Amino acid sequence: MNVKVFLIALCLPVAAMAQGFAGLGSDAEGFSVPQPGPQFDFPADHGPHNDYRIEWWYLTANLQAADGTPYGLQWTLFRSALAPEAGTGWTAPQLWMGHAAVTTPDAHYVAERLARGGIGQAGVTVQPFAAWIDNWALTGDWDTLRMTASGADFAYDMALAAQGPLVFHGDGGYSVKSAAGQASYYYSQPFFAIEGTLQLPDGDVAVTGNAWLDREWSSQPLADNQTGWDWFSLSFDDGAKMMGFRLQQTDGNNYTSATWITPDGQTTPYTDGALTATPLATNDADVPVRWRVELPAQGIDVTVTAINDNAWMATSVPYWEGPVTVTGSHDGIGYLEMTGYE
Amino acid sequence: MTTVTLHALLSHWWRNPLQLFTLLAGLALATALWSGVQAVNAEARASYDAAAATLGEGQYDRLVRRDGQPMAQETYIALRRAGWLVSPVVQGRLDGVRIIGVEPLTAPGGIGPVAPQQGADITAFLTGQGQLFANAETAGRLPDLDVIVTPDAAPNTAVTDIGVAQRLLGKASEIDSLIVLRGQPMGRGALDAVAPDLTLQPAQGGSDIARLTDSFHLNLTAFGLLSFAVGIFIVNGAIGLAFEQRRPVVRTLRALGLPLRRLILLLGAELMLFAVVAGVIGVALGYVIAALLLPDVAATLRGLYGADVSGTLQLRPSWWLSGMAIALGGTALAAGGALYQLARMPLLAAAQPRALAMAAGRRAVLQGIAAAVLLALCGVMMVTATGMIGGFVLLGALLIGAALALPVILDRVLAMASRMAKSVTAQWFWADTRQQLPGLSLALMALLLAMAANVGVSTMVSSFRLTFTDFLDQRLASELYVRTESDAQIAALISFATPRTEIILPIQSADTDIAGQPTEVYGARDHATYRDNWVFLQQADDPWDSTFDGQTIVINEQLSRRAGLMVGDEITLQGTAFSIAGVYGDYGNPIGQGVIAEEVFETLYPGIMPQNFGLRMDPDTVPDFVADLAAETGIAATQTVNQAGIKVISLAIFERTFTVTTALNVLTLAVAGFAILMSLLTLASMRVPQLAPAWAMGMTRQKLGQLELLRAVMLALLTAIVALPLGLALAWALLAVVNVAAFGWKLPMYLFPLDYARMGGFALLAAALAALWPARRLARTPPAELLKVFSNER
Repeated sequence: MNVKVFLIALCLPVAAMAQGFAGLGSDAEGFSVPQPGPQFDFPADHGPHNDYRIEWWYLTANLQAADGTPYGLQWTLFRSALAPEAGTGWTAPQLWMGHAAVTTPDAHYVAERLARGGIGQAGVTVQPFAAWIDNWALTGDWDTLRMTASGADFAYDMALAAQGPLVFHGDGGYSVKSAAGQASYYYSQPFFAIEGTLQLPDGDVAVTGNAWLDREWSSQPLADNQTGWDWFSLSFDDGAKMMGFRLQQTDGNNYTSATWITPDGQTTPYTDGALTATPLATNDADVPVRWRVELPAQGIDVTVTAINDNAWMATSVPYWEGPVTVTGSHDGIGYLEMTGYE
Repeated sequence: MTTVTLHALLSHWWRNPLQLFTLLAGLALATALWSGVQAVNAEARASYDAAAATLGEGQYDRLVRRDGQPMAQETYIALRRAGWLVSPVVQGRLDGVRIIGVEPLTAPGGIGPVAPQQGADITAFLTGQGQLFANAETAGRLPDLDVIVTPDAAPNTAVTDIGVAQRLLGKASEIDSLIVLRGQPMGRGALDAVAPDLTLQPAQGGSDIARLTDSFHLNLTAFGLLSFAVGIFIVNGAIGLAFEQRRPVVRTLRALGLPLRRLILLLGAELMLFAVVAGVIGVALGYVIAALLLPDVAATLRGLYGADVSGTLQLRPSWWLSGMAIALGGTALAAGGALYQLARMPLLAAAQPRALAMAAGRRAVLQGIAAAVLLALCGVMMVTATGMIGGFVLLGALLIGAALALPVILDRVLAMASRMAKSVTAQWFWADTRQQLPGLSLALMALLLAMAANVGVSTMVSSFRLTFTDFLDQRLASELYVRTESDAQIAALISFATPRTEIILPIQSADTDIAGQPTEVYGARDHATYRDNWVFLQQADDPWDSTFDGQTIVINEQLSRRAGLMVGDEITLQGTAFSIAGVYGDYGNPIGQGVIAEEVFETLYPGIMPQNFGLRMDPDTVPDFVADLAAETGIAATQTVNQAGIKVISLAIFERTFTVTTALNVLTLAVAGFAILMSLLTLASMRVPQLAPAWAMGMTRQKLGQLELLRAVMLALLTAIVALPLGLALAWALLAVVNVAAFGWKLPMYLFPLDYARMGGFALLAAALAALWPARRLARTPPAELLKVFSNER
């Protein structure tokens, strides 16, 4: 095992993936812990919170080419701290990891970047807002954003424009993750219209669609007995949206949470048990790629199906992330993320 | 039945413990020499690999500044922000230890020995608290630092985080080079737009150091292989004899109904058992040999190539495997013939011990034919062979052909001597020697190979030394070399040195590509240094005159051979055509090189300024000059290299190389001597019937003993005479065929008659020592034993 794998397993507990992630399941020594009743302060809260252990800027998008072909797109910047301070130079205890992906119905392109904080290779600034790692960047004022990334076999350059307000999950942005009370701060901008160009091995593709940007930070979001999660962001054809997640526990039970978002951005949070998500079919690697998702309180009973079953993120810490279609009581599209299936 | 059969077969060895000893000792010695030499090679290579792996040397392209100076850290960030997947490296020396700073998040996977183990605190490693990784030896040299000991670290090297390395080496915000990762992303910025100061150095297959030292290791490997061949001859002899002697047992067993298949299987199993035992002993012995040789080899390599090689041996599982494999394989090779014969033998074949002597006849003829064919093949290949495979086929054919030819040659010589002999005693001596020849021939072949190996390897090593010392004399002609660190230092050096030296020779080079070969082009200042010292392998008239006039270029042998360029051919540099005026020897350099005039160089490569200078002066004034230089210009003594110092070191190194070679020479001769001893002891009992009549006719036992000794020495002498040309042919094949194929340059061959005479003397001594005990035993044979021959009571 080389140092990189070790370091990632130890220090970059991204997206709460997998078996009792070191760092996530452990105590939050020296780091701040989310408290109920948060008061957000923008634009400062779009920037990094160095006193929390982990944080991410997580964008997914459902896209369509002129010929109707669906595409999925991901741009993610993770921050992971070894100590609760910003620091400067090589001794800065902040580590950054970027993931970018483009999913087509029959291909999935992935790239990953790692960087140390403190030397300018990666970071997030508030005024003006910029989140970057190497040549990947997310810049703008949150009403409009520009987003770029490139890998060995793909690249994209996208323009985003917000069509609605920010939405806050859980109790006003305080999102509880377990019965024991583990929690994170969590808000989203699910109303981005997005357009731009994908560079793929077969040539450039002009695409349009909508994007969902998640912001989340915490110091210990998972309980000891939680091993991974299944996360859904669904956009229904009638303009309503839903965020839901299911945390897998070693005792065989799940902890679920959901947010119902009306077309004008009004939210209704749902606590554990309101949402149920049931795997219906798996791909060759035993990862569920078809789900039944139910939120009876909103009359939701839908089947969520992966557009590409093999949207596996073969990154340092692997997981599944890809675009989905929604059918049933409501029709629509969305994104699915599944961790803990290694 | 199997148990009974095995018991019957094994009983032979209880009754002939000496034979068992020969078999085991021969095999063990062969394995020991082979695995010992391999161990030395493996250890050295592991050291290079560790060093190379630390930096990913050779596997990855690199970005460095054109002027060789460190780049600013901002350049690294600028490249990353432009999409370049590069990883920074800082290196330098601290108390003589090479310190390498890497950035683990961006470095390609698997570089360096940095692995989390007990005590490794990744947070401490990354956040600059000063954690280093090194082997135990190096850790001892850095007592004040937090060093994690890991056996995988390259010798004399400590790896740490880049931030720590910058701090320890006083290189804040500086980066020496950037590793360029594979799989660069689409659409990254052009290098000359992002970082115009940098130049891309392409990856080279294998590390530089390994390429340079390959030549040395090739010599060692050849030695190991030859030593092993010597050992296998001994084993073959022992096995052959044992099978012959066990024919009655075999006949009886088969007559009792033992299936041939099972018999062969049992014999094979028995031999493999011996091979395993001997293999274990051999590998252990090899370890001892390697442990004794390694410090000298390490010192040689360090001095010769600057390669850091660990002076202590590590037990590697791969040796045990290769050692055991060679022991088992060797036994199979040696026993194959015997088992095959056994399988084809008629059920009731003659049961009396025929001994090897009886088998002569037809086999000798076949051997002679095979030898003639192989040697003819050698003759053809000497002219035509190219490439590594050709070289090794030539070597193999030469060795086997010569070994097979030896009995035939000796037989002819003895027959001639026998015809010329006048006295009855002399006639009996020659005839008796001839009669013994088949029994001794395997041992003599072993001696032949041992001697040939010694002659060949000594020639190679000595040629290597002469070539390199001459080469150092030529190429390091300046009395003092000075490395400057700034333009101010250059100016200060020139103004200080101009009145005090004969001439200042700037050393400046540009990396380029000639005919697809990576090449360094040097711009040289017109001076007698070049005219007097450089030796051309091929040249036009006055190559330096035309080169310094700016019309021509001189190139090294590597470029000439690889690109197929000859004197008179044209090459183009920066759009300007140059005719090749000469090809010079450039030993040890892995890449192509060319030299043009200084003025032309400045026009073609205006951006390159010389940083290094050679100064010609009276050698006696060098120490004072260095002291004054430091006092007046601030150029430190550490920035200068005194040529006399280099030579002293080089010569000391070659002395060590000779220690290694001599030790191996003595060992192989000892093995061959042992073979002779065993053959003579085996023959002794069989020869009593032949000696008894001579004794009965009045020849004293003392006289018989003396003749026995004389015979051994005489046979050794004849063998030595055959070995000399064989060894020289061997050396030639290694130097002129294998070396060229492996490294692109031909090592000139020099002859060392005194060395050969001394080695011949050693061989005779070994033979005499080996014959001493059998002769003494013969001289003391109780008369009763001899009498029994006539009483039919044996």
